[in-house]
Amino acid sequence: MADEGFEFPVDRTQVMLFARSVLDIRPEFSDPNDPATKAVGGIVTPPTFVQCSAHWQPNYPLDLTRPRKDPAPQRAAGGGGGGGLGRGLHAEQHYEYHHPIHVGDTLTVTQKPGKSWEKEGRRGGKLKFSESITEYRNQDGVLCVTATSVGVQTERAVDQ
Amino acid sequence: MTLKVGDKHEQVVIENVNRSHIVKYAGASGDFNPLHHDEGAAQAMAGYPSVFAHGMLSMGLTGRMLTDWLGPVALKKYGVRFTKQVWPGDTLTAKGEVVSVDNGLATIKLVTTNQNGESVVEGEAVAAV
Repeated sequence: MADEGFEFPVDRTQVMLFARSVLDIRPEFSDPNDPATKAVGGIVTPPTFVQCSAHWQPNYPLDLTRPRKDPAPQRAAGGGGGGGLGRGLHAEQHYEYHHPIHVGDTLTVTQKPGKSWEKEGRRGGKLKFSESITEYRNQDGVLCVTATSVGVQTERAVDQ
Repeated sequence: MTLKVGDKHEQVVIENVNRSHIVKYAGASGDFNPLHHDEGAAQAMAGYPSVFAHGMLSMGLTGRMLTDWLGPVALKKYGVRFTKQVWPGDTLTAKGEVVSVDNGLATIKLVTTNQNGESVVEGEAVAAV
């Protein structure tokens, strides 16, 4: 039930911005001329970099001020992993790395739902969990990363 | 690199989280959920006392500990559970410990804690060694 996907071009500025946002200044994420970068075949990406594909995801729900022709999509209650507005929270995130992503790659991103389940929480009432599985393939069709996001919807706000 | 069971690495990955850190992560990642940058929305939408950091910021910072330790292309798997929210003012320390090495792959147990010793992220990574 995967959708047809969308393209996510991996450019040097985006990798630099993302690396900075996780306070990372290692040269392999920013400087193409550093010997360490050359040793890994050019600029590579931090472990959680593929999250930036949100910028290119047409129906991404967590960007309410993005200019759009159509109304912003709504996230269905309990659906789709990865947190959400209101009482949706991001419960877990898992990545499998199959092949390095380099600056200059154009990734095709496809998403499909995974498992869903319920459990009784201690603090937030009934908890509804759901998985979303995202695959990132490069321009040669090589699967680079599989990401599994687990979202949870709670009945009331969780006090922490 | 060579890793053996019991090898450990630990580093402070962010000190005194502030709203600028959170906003920078929102802008870079594209996750503009108002819970993470709009104080009024965080209070009105879900009853939170203030904005809090994206779980993925904590995972990204913990990932920096892993790549500082293991290099940028060693990871085969990396997964976490978000166990507690990270609030402005928090300081996070990420720790990893090798729990098994098999067929050139090291399994690393991960925990990132706040300044009170409470875990905010727990998980596991697998790295080529």
